[in-house]
Amino acid sequence: MDRIPVLTLADVLLVSIQVDLEDQLALRLQDDLAERIVATGARGVIIDITALDIVDSFVGRTLATIASVSKVLDAETIVVGMRPAVAITLVELGLQLPGVRTALNIELGLAMLAASRFVESRAGDVADAAPASS
Amino acid sequence: MTTPVANTSASIGAVEVQEIAGDDDVVRVRQLVRAQAVAATRLSLVDQTKLVTAASELARNTLLHGGGGRAEVQIVTNGRRKGVRIVFTDSGPGIPDLDLAFTDGYTTKGGLGLGLSGARRLMDEFDLQTAPGQGTTVTAVKWER
Repeated sequence: MDRIPVLTLADVLLVSIQVDLEDQLALRLQDDLAERIVATGARGVIIDITALDIVDSFVGRTLATIASVSKVLDAETIVVGMRPAVAITLVELGLQLPGVRTALNIELGLAMLAASRFVESRAGDVADAAPASS
Repeated sequence: MTTPVANTSASIGAVEVQEIAGDDDVVRVRQLVRAQAVAATRLSLVDQTKLVTAASELARNTLLHGGGGRAEVQIVTNGRRKGVRIVFTDSGPGIPDLDLAFTDGYTTKGGLGLGLSGARRLMDEFDLQTAPGQGTTVTAVKWER
């Protein structure tokens, strides 16, 4: 496989990594996602790593970069489905995933995105209402 | 600085070799190490994951810093327990400053600088032989508990 499929689900991009991740494939995913966020105006990215039996420092860094790039493009990234053994290993490896939010599964990830957008839209309402009330 | 690899360990399996010349070989090293661990040891899932993750870091080091090389995977025993020994050899430039190389966050290739220090934390035994211009050999073992 030379590309990881990116699915569009309303305004969320959904990626499920089902292969043993080669470095080049991870980098291509990073590029593809940035392009797709801009092309679709997606507000959220969910990356499902249920099938990954390891996450090493390279993959970890790629996930963190994807999250940072998405943020700049006004989309939020949530990594879901990390296996317990992978989580333990990541911590011992010393890897932090700055800016990467996690959820246990896709459903919870979608709920997390919906919740943060609700807060955002409320903040928007308040801002819109403010001039009228003054 | 490194945990010496105990000389009491005896090899009991054939040496499986994987050349490391490209990205896809890093994946092959991971698959080989996992297959050996699953087939011949009772390493827990967490320990398998630590072993394979360390192998991935070391294989990438061999590729990026050593300019390629080889991985050897072998089942070893200390009489009571079995383990997986992984050896990574390259004939690259060697590591001039080991203290620096083992420092979390130190990187010369734009990575996270966790490869060497992280791999050492994930393994039970870890030995590194290097000299400028002489290449680098890393030997590490993960034991059953």
